[in-house]
Amino acid sequence: MIKDRINETSPWQDITEGNKIFEPATSREFCTGEWRTATPVFVKEKCKQCLLCAPVCPDCSIPVVNGERGEFDYDHCKGCGICAKVCPFGAITMKEGK
Amino acid sequence: MAIRERLSGNEAVAYAIKQINPDVMPAFPITPSTEIPQYVANYIANGEIDTEFIHVESEHSAMSATIGASAAGARALTATSSCGMALMWEELYVAASDRLPIVLALVNRALTGPININADHSDSMGARDTGWIQIYAESNQEVYDNFLQAYPIAEHKDVKLPVMICQDGFITSHGVENILLVEDGPVKKFVGEYEPEHYLLNPAEKMSVGPYAVSNYYMETKRAQREAMIQAKKVILDVAAKFEEMTGRKYGFFEEYRMEDAEYAIVIIGSAAGTCKAAIEKIRKETGKKVGLLKIRVFRPFPEEEIAKALSHVKAIAIMDRSEMFAASCGPLGAEVRAALFQAKSEAEVVNYFYGLGGRDITVEDFEKVYDNLETMAKTHVVTGMYDYIGLRER
Repeated sequence: MIKDRINETSPWQDITEGNKIFEPATSREFCTGEWRTATPVFVKEKCKQCLLCAPVCPDCSIPVVNGERGEFDYDHCKGCGICAKVCPFGAITMKEGK
Repeated sequence: MAIRERLSGNEAVAYAIKQINPDVMPAFPITPSTEIPQYVANYIANGEIDTEFIHVESEHSAMSATIGASAAGARALTATSSCGMALMWEELYVAASDRLPIVLALVNRALTGPININADHSDSMGARDTGWIQIYAESNQEVYDNFLQAYPIAEHKDVKLPVMICQDGFITSHGVENILLVEDGPVKKFVGEYEPEHYLLNPAEKMSVGPYAVSNYYMETKRAQREAMIQAKKVILDVAAKFEEMTGRKYGFFEEYRMEDAEYAIVIIGSAAGTCKAAIEKIRKETGKKVGLLKIRVFRPFPEEEIAKALSHVKAIAIMDRSEMFAASCGPLGAEVRAALFQAKSEAEVVNYFYGLGGRDITVEDFEKVYDNLETMAKTHVVTGMYDYIGLRER
């Protein structure tokens, strides 16, 4: 994990030259879900697994495994609410805050 | 053996580029630097070098493509002037922050407006905070020599910063002078092959360049960048020492001309130093007055302590700026040299003049007047005409 080498307590001497990052896909480690001011809540019993929600998520924060959606990835969900709008069954509700 | 030639400053830079044979040159034409990419394009068309020339649609794209090429692992460069550089502004900061060893051949020209194509330093002085190393030249010989030293400085592992090699538009860029060129073999040996440790086109290493840095990282990143500029001071001197071994021509942060016993000194950047030297010789011959010159070669990093030390024995100093910064007070060189003198507890009388804006000529007689003023100030301890314009028409 890049976090183990450079993090918010690192002194300037440990910052890589020009902030270069020497491994791929480190954006997964960047928990942009912190920016969220509204949060989608998955109501599992109302869900028909139609999977309309997953492809409209701009942050790929609705994981689909074996044809079924699972719980939100709150590390990266920014609470835009598109999934709640698109759900025909009221299986996603929005609550205030994180 | 050196090659004796007579070249314009633009030809000299283009010739240095030919000798270095860099990998990529994206460029967009703008007076008075247009000839540089034009000559390079000729060399490429004639099969003399295998540099990849990228025809771009603007200077914004020229610097962006140069950054992309450098990040990919290429030895990259571009050339521009004035408003062309202004259009690169955003990318200048990116090049420095990403620590890319790019070289920019800058032919100094006044920024618009009013629109003007002649020499002053408003373009590069405006870019003084971008994080680029800035090296200035008095003559065609110096701009050629500085250009050969640019990559060894930029690519040094302790530096990794972009370098701007500046010369005065038309005065040196188009003026033809005698010049001593270094032979190709020694140049190639001096500049060396570029072998970046990390680069985007390396299939064996995945990496990202230029990531977003939130406030938790930005300040540490900037401090690390500052360190590179601090380290650059030593590297610039080391490279100059190696250059002297090769050519016998000596370079430092600045040139001290007749300064050993000087009582009155002028601090100046660029081609006007030549006129100032002529004035010094005339004054010393005719009056015996002890006048001298400190010609700044390296403005970034700024050799603060060294400048103060070089001026520590003089009675009065005129710092001469070839660009306005509309502080309604000093110019950029005036601000920094005066700060250096203050920090060193200098007791010299100091005045800051503006000259040569938009290509206005400055003469030996103008410099004679400046030295006269310095002598008066040193006697009376009264600084008059602070921030005056030299050669200005006035009622």
